[in-house]
Amino acid sequence: MAVCVAVIAKENYPLYIRSVPTQNELKFHYTVHTSLDVVEEKISAVGKAMADQRELYLGLLYPTEDYKVYGYVTNSKVKFVIVVDSSNTSLRDNEIRSMFRKLHNSFTDVMCNPFYNPGDPIQSKVFDSTVSAMMVPSC
Amino acid sequence: MADEALFQFLHNELLQYVNNTEGGENENGRCVSKLENMGFRVGQGLIERFTKETARFKDELDVMKFICKDFWTCVFKKQIDNLRTNHQGIYVLQDNKFRLLSQLSAGKQYLEHAPKYLAFTCGLVRGGLYNLGVKSIVTAEVSVMPACKFQVMIQKM
Repeated sequence: MAVCVAVIAKENYPLYIRSVPTQNELKFHYTVHTSLDVVEEKISAVGKAMADQRELYLGLLYPTEDYKVYGYVTNSKVKFVIVVDSSNTSLRDNEIRSMFRKLHNSFTDVMCNPFYNPGDPIQSKVFDSTVSAMMVPSC
Repeated sequence: MADEALFQFLHNELLQYVNNTEGGENENGRCVSKLENMGFRVGQGLIERFTKETARFKDELDVMKFICKDFWTCVFKKQIDNLRTNHQGIYVLQDNKFRLLSQLSAGKQYLEHAPKYLAFTCGLVRGGLYNLGVKSIVTAEVSVMPACKFQVMIQKM
């Protein structure tokens, strides 16, 4: 399924980023970073014209040759980005949506942990395992 | 209704504990700011949970309405009775029967202790707003006992 999962803080620095082919990690960092512009664009567009379309799930941000990038923004302006392989055509929009929902639930649990300082990198093991479940098994 | 009682008792103990460890009567300011900071962190966590299913907010007023209706209902089982604003970043939230004060005498007897009972909630509101991207200063005042007013001053960035 996903090849890269990232959580970006309100101030646009990464809280958590993990990708599957570890030798390409830098490339995914770039991909996620680039996608933030698209996220920003989609959020600001909502304010003006599409007043009815205020869902947290932003849908497909942009496709590249090899990957598709999906985005999600919480009300606290924390961004989730999931990158999936383009070759995986069987993946439905609903599945992506439910992946984001799981991610959001898990993130909420992290936020509600009193020992976690908001804004710090996420080091929770539970969160880690939620993400692992969404990733393709690494070969 | 057991959960409400738990929160109230815990809150009372919290006041007592903070008051004792911060040196009692003459250190009132530090006691209040400590409680406020605790509320701030709790507010941040709570808002993350409460806004999980809601649509994105349009503007500041939308956020304040959410605080008055949903947030207040979740924490205090009632809505804010009156929300006023000057449309320049100042909001006044009035609660005519504030839950954390409702157990105290309605007379003037404990009026001087009231700020302690409000500090945590001020932090709660500030933390909630902060997490929704609104930086603010929240203060509270009591004139007649179970009623209180929270003043939210939005800081423009």
